[in-house]
Amino acid sequence: MRKTIAVSALALMTAGASQAQELRFMCYQDGNECDAWAAAFQTFEAENDGITVVVDVVPYQAIIESLPIQLEVGEGPDLARVTDYGGLARFMLDVRPHVSDPDMIEARYGPSLAWARVGDNAPDGIYNIVDQLTATGGFANATLFEQAGVDMPAPGSSWAEWADASRAVRDATGIDFAMAIDRTGHRFAAPAMSFGAALFNEDGEALVIDDGFRNFSEQFVAWHEDGTMARDVWAGAGGGTYQDAAGEFINANLAMYYSGSWQIGRFGRDIGDAFDWVATGSVCGPEACTGMPGGAGIVGLNHTEHPEAVGKLMEFVARDDVQAQVLAQTRNLPANAELQANGIDYQDVTPEVAAALTAFAASVPNFSETAYALQGYQFNRAVYTNIPARLTQAIVGELTLSEALDRLEQDVADAIAEAR
Amino acid sequence: MAALVRALYEGAFNLFEKPMQMLQYSLGAHRMAWVFLLPNLLIFGLFTYLPIMLNVWYASTSGDRILLGDRDWVGTANFATLLDCGSYLDPNTCRRDLFWRAVHNTGWFVVLQVGFMILLSLIAALILNRNIPLKGFFRAVFFYPVLLSPVVVALIWKWILQRNGVLNAGMDWAGMDTVNWLLDPSWAFFWIVFVSIWANMGFYVLILLAGLQAIPGDVYEAAEMDGTPAWRQLFRITLPLLTPTLLVVMVLSLIRAVQAFDEIYVLTGGGPGSATTLLIQYIYDVGFATRPRQFGLAAAASLLMAGVLLVLTLLQLAATRKRAEEG
Repeated sequence: MRKTIAVSALALMTAGASQAQELRFMCYQDGNECDAWAAAFQTFEAENDGITVVVDVVPYQAIIESLPIQLEVGEGPDLARVTDYGGLARFMLDVRPHVSDPDMIEARYGPSLAWARVGDNAPDGIYNIVDQLTATGGFANATLFEQAGVDMPAPGSSWAEWADASRAVRDATGIDFAMAIDRTGHRFAAPAMSFGAALFNEDGEALVIDDGFRNFSEQFVAWHEDGTMARDVWAGAGGGTYQDAAGEFINANLAMYYSGSWQIGRFGRDIGDAFDWVATGSVCGPEACTGMPGGAGIVGLNHTEHPEAVGKLMEFVARDDVQAQVLAQTRNLPANAELQANGIDYQDVTPEVAAALTAFAASVPNFSETAYALQGYQFNRAVYTNIPARLTQAIVGELTLSEALDRLEQDVADAIAEAR
Repeated sequence: MAALVRALYEGAFNLFEKPMQMLQYSLGAHRMAWVFLLPNLLIFGLFTYLPIMLNVWYASTSGDRILLGDRDWVGTANFATLLDCGSYLDPNTCRRDLFWRAVHNTGWFVVLQVGFMILLSLIAALILNRNIPLKGFFRAVFFYPVLLSPVVVALIWKWILQRNGVLNAGMDWAGMDTVNWLLDPSWAFFWIVFVSIWANMGFYVLILLAGLQAIPGDVYEAAEMDGTPAWRQLFRITLPLLTPTLLVVMVLSLIRAVQAFDEIYVLTGGGPGSATTLLIQYIYDVGFATRPRQFGLAAAASLLMAGVLLVLTLLQLAATRKRAEEG
């Protein structure tokens, strides 16, 4: 009798162990994204008995450098929060077979789902749920404009108008910099497209150096020569190193700063009531007024031993109520079309932060198709890292602009050929 | 206590004695040497020779995959790409111009950094070898930067040299025009050489001091009795007798200069443009920082650099041996 009980208990324990599924989620956060998800996953665990989610919070560098290497050798987490959809596409799990309502996900997240449908991934696969849509755009120091007695350009103003106004503010107030753009091809791409850059050839391959791209490059280099652009940002580094100018903006040393919506939380926190600032949204060129979309999303990884559980979790992540709750806490823009239409009830935000979130959210529907194509392009990192490397050489006079652009085109082609 | 230690030692000795004796009987005295060499051979094989072989393999393949089986064999194509140049003296004529800019920068960096480093270290060592007040304090001052992490060194100097840094604040206070030290290509290059010398000089001063103190004092006494002036003593006694030490310093500083990366990467990021990009940073950028990663090209560049270093080291060793034979 005692032996029977012991065997039964062992069988029950074994069955229990085989049903218990632990999902590891590698997560990076700009603000409090991982904390918000960890809290939300408690609801998921309550709804899905036997599945537990362990959130491993890591620095962004680990997502960029360590995760691809882990995945390459078949190791790593079951899910991760990533931004490089093209580079990690071949490791992603298509959860379409494991979700109960793929059409709902398709309807809500259609444009951003396309970012991971590259390479050998299925054209209708569900690989990613974007939980932080980002949009590039400008910020202006309203207090400096007011002190300088310069009218701030209205929404929809051109780069030239912003450059004139920002220079006037700099000259009147004695600050160091009129304008700055983050040192990355991602930020450079938006004004280039607004100047008419097509970026892709007829086969859908980047990078095409056309008149639009050339025109903005010329303008960009000229702005560095005449001191309109903060030289420290692009000329202050080499290679494809990323550098932002958020510190200069926070220190009220910069009149206009072109960056993106992910800075809103930081500005709200670090600027406080030191000065008034506004989000300008997209800035216009002769051909368009587009920004660049982007953002972080949660992906399942195809080496997981629990694909069904990963599918359930991805479906949970995609739910309107869950997204609304997490986005309200993280103060990020939604990629979910339903939430974009209805808006998010952001909690405890200052009027500036609320206005900035609204301005950026309003700019997203006007982004050009090329901008979405570049964001979903499998080799967009080759474009993003090579643009600053080569344009900086033109800015500091190592190469003529023409030489730099020829080299840029060749570098991107070489990098893509290497990856194919 | 001593008895206990001895007992433990003997116990441990007896524990190994029997198996070692058996091994010696079965292998013979000559082969027994391999048993003692095996642990080191394994460590070197695993952590030195295997990575070198892997590097050769990566250099002969292409693609951004890490697993060797997933990579395409391209033979010497990566080397050919790097060496494809109209003129090696003009990076603009090279297919991989950034590689050749890094080669040129590294060449200039090595010449200037090693040259000035040895000169300044020698001067400092000669001064510190004399009976000057606070000799111990000054020796510590020169050696202190060596104890700092290269990243800390770079951050300190960045704080000094940046647009609103200490140096510009001082110049501004003195009514002078400020300079954007790290945004001007020539100044940025000057400062990476300067900072590198500042950070590493103490180590070589220490070696040269040891060399100076090894020179017998009676040689100088004899020279003074003959009325030999100080400058003649320097060129006829000190420098000739210090040459072996100087050669060691030269080999060490040369290798270290070619490998320079961390403090320069933090200080300038290789910029402005590619003005301070040295070879190691080029390898890092191509292999790890840019996407897609070009491991093959990075591996080929590192092997080319290793080849140059090997040749330089062999030349130095040959020179040392020649002098030793002459001496």
